[in-house]
Amino acid sequence: MFVKRPKRKILVLALPVLLSGCSGDWGWYVVDPTTPTGLTNLKFLLSGLYYTVSLSLIAILISVFVGLLVALPGLSQKRYLRRINRVYVELVRAIPILVLILWVYYGLPQVTGLSIGVFWAGVIALALSDSAFQAEIFRAGIQSIDKGQYEASHSISLSYPDMMRFVILPQAIKRILPALGNQLVYMLKMSSLVSVIGMQELTRKANELVVSEYRPLEIYTILVLEYLVLILIVSAGVRWLERKMKTDER
Amino acid sequence: MQSDSPLIKLDAVSKHFGEFQALKQVSLEVGLGEKVVICGPSGSGKSTLIRCVNRLEAHESGTIVIDGIELNESPQNLRQIRAKVGMVFQQFNLFPHLTVLENLMLGPVRARKLPREQARETALNYLGRVRIPEQADKYPRQLSGGQQQRVAIARSLCMEPEILLFDEPTSALDPEMINEVLDVMVELADSGMTMICVTHEMGFAKKVADKMVFMDHGEIVEEATPDKFFSAPDSPRCQDFLEKILHH
Repeated sequence: MFVKRPKRKILVLALPVLLSGCSGDWGWYVVDPTTPTGLTNLKFLLSGLYYTVSLSLIAILISVFVGLLVALPGLSQKRYLRRINRVYVELVRAIPILVLILWVYYGLPQVTGLSIGVFWAGVIALALSDSAFQAEIFRAGIQSIDKGQYEASHSISLSYPDMMRFVILPQAIKRILPALGNQLVYMLKMSSLVSVIGMQELTRKANELVVSEYRPLEIYTILVLEYLVLILIVSAGVRWLERKMKTDER
Repeated sequence: MQSDSPLIKLDAVSKHFGEFQALKQVSLEVGLGEKVVICGPSGSGKSTLIRCVNRLEAHESGTIVIDGIELNESPQNLRQIRAKVGMVFQQFNLFPHLTVLENLMLGPVRARKLPREQARETALNYLGRVRIPEQADKYPRQLSGGQQQRVAIARSLCMEPEILLFDEPTSALDPEMINEVLDVMVELADSGMTMICVTHEMGFAKKVADKMVFMDHGEIVEEATPDKFFSAPDSPRCQDFLEKILHH
């Protein structure tokens, strides 16, 4: 516990240092909540929070699911199933997220004939990109489970889905939880890229305000703080979950 | 099940691990209610042999027939056979994330499709039989090795198997815990369970075995009644092995 305190102090100390810039070239008036314009601007910036969070959460849920689906054939005895896993992972991992977002938004509607909105294009691109990493995380986690757990499951004639659901995955997920937490943090940050196709999330809002107010330094500083707070909350949540799962076994 | 055909019949079973031949044309018959103890030096194929009986290892040639069902590629046959054959492992292999009771109930609820209440009753009943009814809500790691192995035995019993396989069940235990596990196994044997045990506990073997099997280099070298096995085994290799383990 005492390890955490100095970190917090540094954070608290860093804020006034940044804010003390007000007197010089900084123009904090643009986001000063005591003035009507400042308050409006601040609300405008924060209004992107909803899309950043919902985009990231939906995308991570889908990517965990797809990642698991892709990981399972990767663990098969059969060569061609493992090949499917490899091809998927290598292919998806090779596409830069920004490129994937552009491709899904502008390209996919032409291929499928379906028009998808900005939000779902963003979700699909982020989820797809992340799923390759999730697949690798799941594969490593499942492979780390002792062979005896499979043998015991076979010996009480559990079916494959039951074995995975009740024996292997609960243990694997506990082990990969820190890695899943990392991916969620990564996802929150990567969601900023969806701003390029016009998604009204945190980064897009900041960009728009910079264009009208001409105060990039202050506005982007707020943007940095928004992501920082969001991610600190997520990290704390993941750590709480890890602790909870550990104490469950005691 | 006809009384004249054996419950388990292995005929010329072979198995390789890469270049190494773990089983060479092994044939063995086990009747209903019979207790067979298999011993032999490490690497002799005794574990591989019983692991073939519930197909944790797939045999390459020969046939294995259990209660009239042939063990082969067919998933349906495999499922039927695994429902009849329970196994107790050297390393216990309990599910560490589940409580003792949950460990025992998982198979009955998911594989045997018993209602939860009935599965719970069955579990508590067998937990009583292995003499640790008070540990039901603990996690495996909170138990001693001997207790864990008894939970593992109870977990197998909850599947109501016709045959129990024991793969060196006391080899990973501290000496003072071996007897509590053997006592449970003796009781099981007395109850009429068909058992194949890979073990070096010769006191246990003398007490319960109907048939002793000695394996070496992937072959059954000696197969005899305990009386003959311990007093006058035919093969010199078996004599030599017994001398080594019975010396003290």
